[in-house]
This record gives sequence, C-alpha cells and structure tokens, in this order.
Amino acid sequence: MSSSARRQQKPPPGASEIGRRVSKVFSKLDAKSAAGGRGLTDLAIRNLFILPTIAFLIIFNIFPLIYSLGFSFYDYSAAGNAPPVFVGLRNYKDLLDSPYIWSNFSITAKYVLVSVGGQVIVGFGIAVLLNRAIPSKGLITTLLLLPMMMSAAVVGLFWQLLYSPSWGPINYIFGLGDFPWLSDSTVALYAVAITDIWMWSPFVMLLSLAGLSAVPKHLYEAAAIDRASGWYTFTRITLPLVAPLLLIAIIFRTMEAFKTFDIAYVMSVQPTTELIAIRLYKLAFQEWQTGRSCALAYIVLIMVLAITNIYVKYLNQVRAR
Amino acid sequence: MRRGIAMLLAAAGLAFALANTARAEELTIFWAEWDPANYLQELVNDYAKETGVKVTVETTPWTDFQTKTFREFAAKGDAYDLVVGDSQWLGAGSTQGHYVDLTDFFKKHNLENVFLPATVAGYAEYPIGSHKYWAIPLEGDANGWAYRKDWFEDSKEKAAFKAKYGYELGVPKDYKQLRDIAEFFYRPDQKRYGIAIYTDNSYDAIAMGVEQTIFSYGGDLGNYATYKVNGIVNSKQAIEGLEAYHELYKFAPPGWGKAFFLEDNQAITEGLAAMSMNFFAFFPALANPTTNPHASGTGFFANPAGPTGAHFAALGGQGISIVSYSKKRDAAMKFLEWFVKDSTQKKWGELGGYTCSKAILESPEFRKATPYNDAFYQSMLMVKDFWATPEYAELLDQLNQRLYPYIVDGKGTAKESLDGVEADWTRTFNKYKRYSQK
Repeated sequence: MSSSARRQQKPPPGASEIGRRVSKVFSKLDAKSAAGGRGLTDLAIRNLFILPTIAFLIIFNIFPLIYSLGFSFYDYSAAGNAPPVFVGLRNYKDLLDSPYIWSNFSITAKYVLVSVGGQVIVGFGIAVLLNRAIPSKGLITTLLLLPMMMSAAVVGLFWQLLYSPSWGPINYIFGLGDFPWLSDSTVALYAVAITDIWMWSPFVMLLSLAGLSAVPKHLYEAAAIDRASGWYTFTRITLPLVAPLLLIAIIFRTMEAFKTFDIAYVMSVQPTTELIAIRLYKLAFQEWQTGRSCALAYIVLIMVLAITNIYVKYLNQVRAR
Repeated sequence: MRRGIAMLLAAAGLAFALANTARAEELTIFWAEWDPANYLQELVNDYAKETGVKVTVETTPWTDFQTKTFREFAAKGDAYDLVVGDSQWLGAGSTQGHYVDLTDFFKKHNLENVFLPATVAGYAEYPIGSHKYWAIPLEGDANGWAYRKDWFEDSKEKAAFKAKYGYELGVPKDYKQLRDIAEFFYRPDQKRYGIAIYTDNSYDAIAMGVEQTIFSYGGDLGNYATYKVNGIVNSKQAIEGLEAYHELYKFAPPGWGKAFFLEDNQAITEGLAAMSMNFFAFFPALANPTTNPHASGTGFFANPAGPTGAHFAALGGQGISIVSYSKKRDAAMKFLEWFVKDSTQKKWGELGGYTCSKAILESPEFRKATPYNDAFYQSMLMVKDFWATPEYAELLDQLNQRLYPYIVDGKGTAKESLDGVEADWTRTFNKYKRYSQK
C-alpha cells in the first residue's frame, strides 16, 4: 500500500462519529484485492463510484449554493444587462424590514402549524386504527397511501373543484350553501392546509404504523395484567415508543410544509395564502430581483435549519430516554 | 483506413453544414398558448410557401409565459427569434437590451400611420412620446364585455327593470347603468348572477379590471413620464373608481375570487352571469355555438363611460419584437417586412387575429364581420395601459396585494388601499432612482 493511500485512510483529527465509521470501512479495503488483480484496486473502484456523485453534488448543489450566497450581497437582476452592484447586507436588511415578508412568514408559520399538526393527528390516528387485525388491512393501507403518490398540482386542482361554491361536493355534503372556501381570506389558508393534510397524512401514518408494529407485545400484556387503563397504556407505552419515528415524520413534514409552493399556488391567489415560497418565486422569477431573492432563500434556509435542529435535539433526548 | 476516416469526416462536415443551412431557414416565434397563436401559425405557413423559410409559433400556457420568456432573456438564449410580448414588457425589453430597436424599420415603412395610434403607443413605443419603437403591433386587444342579449331583450325582464330603475334595460351607457343591471340580474336563488369581473391577482387580471374602471372615473395610475403617483393613484376619482369595482363584485357569482379570462367566459357559457368582462381575444369562443350553448343570445359591448363621461378600456394585446440574442436577426427583419404588408394584415384579420392596421379596422367589412368586431374597434380608440417600466412586475404585485383584500374581502376602504399603493409605488420608484433621473 502506498504512503499516500495510507494517508487517505487515516481518519482526520476531530472527525465525527459517522466520519470515523466511514474511514473504518475504507481502511478495510485492500488495494491489492481480487479486483486489483483485474486491473483496478478497491480504492480505485471506491473513487470511481464516489467521485461522480461528489462531482455532481459540487456542480449542482454546492456551487450554486455558494454562488447564490454571493449574489445575496449584490443588487442584481438576472434578466437585466446591468452588472451586479455590491450592497453588503442591504438585501437582508430590506427583506427583514419589509412588512410583506413578515406577513409571508407569519402565514407560513400558521400553515406549518395547522398542516403538520393535522397530519400528525390524522396520520397517527389512522395508524392506531390500522394497528390491529382487520380484514383487508393490506389493501386499506395501500389505498390510504394513494394521495401522497399524486402530483401536488393535480391534488390542488382536484381540491379546487371539491371546494367550488356553486357545485363543489364539500358544500353539498356539509350543507354549507355557497360558502366560498378559497375566496374567503380567513378560511382560504385552512382550506389549503386541509388539502395538504389529506395528501400527507398517509406519510405520517406509514411511519407511525412502522413504530406501532415494533412495540413489543409483552409490554401491553404486562399492562393488561396490571389492569392499566387504555389512556395509561397509550401515554406510557405506545406514545413513548412510537415517538422517535413520529418525530422523524414531523421533521420531514415540517421541512416540506415550510417550503410548500405548488398546492397553495394552484389553489388560491389570496394574499392570505401567500406562503414564503410563493413570495420567493415571485421575487426570483416574476420580478427578477435575483440578489434579493437569493437573500430571501438564505433566510428561509437558515430558518428551516434552525427548526430542524430544534427537532433533532428533541429527538435525541427522546431516544436517550 | 485513412481514406475511410477522411470520407467519414467529410460526410460529418457536410451533414453539419446542411443542418446549419436548414436551421438558417427557420424562425421561431414565442407566444402564449391561445387561439390567436394558432391563427398566427396558420398565417406564417404562407410565409414558408412564399419564401421557403419555415416559421414555427412556439407556445406556452399564459401562467408560464412571462417567466419562460424572461428566463430565456436572462440566459441570453437564442431559442426564440421573435417574441410576441405583453405591452408591459416594453420597458424591460428595451432598456435591458432584450429587444432589437425597430425605430428605423418603423420609419422606413411609415408604420406610425399604418397602425392605430393607440396600438403604436401601447405595443411599440418606449418610453412614451420618445418615438423609439421596439415592436410591431401584432394582436390588438382591449377589455370589453359580453352580455346575455336574450335576457336583456326578454319583455318581462325589460318591464321589471323599467319599473325598478325608471329607464330601459339595454347595453349600459355608463357605470351607473352597469351597476344597476348587475344588481337587477343578481338572483342567487335562481343560480343567476349579475356580473363576472376579474379578481385573480396572480398577474395582471384584477389590475386590468380595476384600472379601466379608475380611468373611466377620471382617475389615473400616475404620471408615466415623471413617475409621480402621490395624489394621482389615490385621487378622489381613483378612489371612486375602486369603490365602483368593489360594488360590482357584490353581484358576482359566489366564490368569484380567482377569476380571469377562463372563468369569465365560463360565466356566460354556463349561464351564470348576465354580463362578463373579458378581453376581446377570448370572445370568438362566446360567439361560437359549439363552445357556447348561448351563443345566439350573447352580445358584446365596449367598456361604458364613467360618471363624468371619461371613457377608457384596459389595453390587452401584444406586439412582436426581434430578440436581440437571435442569430437570425436579418431573417426576422425580413419576416416583419412581410408581416406589415397590407395583404398580410388583411389575411391576419380574416384568420381571426386582431390586426392593428388602421385601414382594416376602420373598414365596414371588418366591423361587421363578427358580433364583437365593432365593440372591439370602439374599444381600441380608447385604450389605456398599465405602467410599462422595467419594474412593472413589482408594481403589479404591490397593486394586487393592496386591491385584493378590499375588493374581494371588503377589508379596509378604497382610500386605504390606494394610499397603500401610492406608498408602495413611491418606495419602488425611489429604489430604482426614477425621481433622481428626472
């Protein structure tokens, strides 16, 4: 083994747990293995597999990320011919001073809360109902998963028809007359959130079901022997054991809900349903304020990272328990 | 072996040269996906027959049109040689270098006198009054009205209307009559409503509906030359105009909070509303019995006058511009020379396109050709447009944000909405240093 190869295999000082594990796996690779005999060393094969992915990531993820960070400090329009003008933090300051942007953030926060909350309640509820011996359980589960396999734009258009005040079945079923779900500024956001709940509850249900089926049966038997109530069993056995998977579902759904664009864009044009992703789209591709939209994208990114970090910390605490 | 390689290279070279020659004989026009684009494709097929140059009209849905066009401009791409762009794009297209200057072409062909003055000012000239031209008026359009002639002519309805309002039921002559008729036909218990207006605030729908009402009430959106908006966009007349539009919304079908051309045509085809606002380009579908079961009972009229007699219609339509990044600018210029010919303009009108040629529009044949052509002609004499500055998209969005809550939800007052617009627009014009340039 060459000295340079050894240097590559040595874990870097201060590497994370994952990094150490990866290095450990790589250290087991034999540069002169059977594959090496056929002309390629294990190391070369590893590089062959990894390098295209790394190159892809750098070209399509890392580079645009850094490039757009640079643009966020410039007054620049990609559709114009004027050169970018360095403005420092002015784009960030202007955005954070804008009442419109704060209104978009407040709408998004409300949407995330209602949508993710609803998905957890509905998804977990269905999972609890399905976590028992019922006929055609597999078929029912598959059918329940269908909404999340559809395109969000199609779902949006479909629900727009369902909400139609004149002939939509929702008003007909609930006897609501001509209630304008999507034109009423106070209700439109909730109408969009209900659609998102319908579409993504199955995702929460799926993860919850996986968690529920992994709860050891003997715990329930012990609880039954101790004559524990249903509520006690649920709060002391079911919920704590499902919590890690449920939290993962919440993390994913929160991140996605924060970035929601398609459903809201298709369903409603209300200023009260203008989520931050829609505002970002308008800034970037309708108004062509490239510098400012890059700054807004970074503000959104930081917020999503912060929220996710809080969740992950909580998830680690739950797991430690 | 060497000879084989040489032959292969020669063949490849020939194929490359042929491919380039073939490409040089093709032009691509980009437009939105609607009927006039199909008519244009039919028209330009004649150009291919005459010259051998194939012209393709590439389209995209309206919702994507602006984004896709400017994305191509941003990339300085040559995918499109010509673009049939919205009138509001003139500022961005000209000052940001996306459009080729057609001033000399205009003068050479005396187009200022060939096309209707309003279409030259609306689709071609930027800045206003500069006599610099960036497009050739292609599809003239204005916001007008369709109405249920059969309902209006019903003797019982006529008698009931006269008894209630004291004058004959007919095509509204002013906004007061428009409001009265909308109120008269507003019968939710019969699933029949008075009026269908634009309310969609995702692009320029609600803005077009409101601006023509404000103009007709004697108001304005600002001084397009000096960018002054204070005391203009929030003037007494503008406020009254906005109040009138909000009043009309009360007589619209339920849930009419996201309506543009498609929904407004549906209001007529589905027998929902007595009157419906729409651009004339969408009226052929209403005059066609295969797409409108009430076609024989549908009539059309130009936007009525306001209380002081001011009479305006919002400008729709587009002009055709040569994209400055095109590698076939000469071929595109030759195409435009063919397009502005009288014979081409006549054929364009016959196919269903709204020519902007003054001679054709004024001809009795054109005005009698369809049930809506006369109203179209009248409208084109009183059209007025939104801002065409490069930052028009920001202005539109700010206007939408301020108007929608008042019109659809009844939140706040017209004055508060327009004061907000004035503050937003002043801030935007300051941002782009419009006042310091003056």
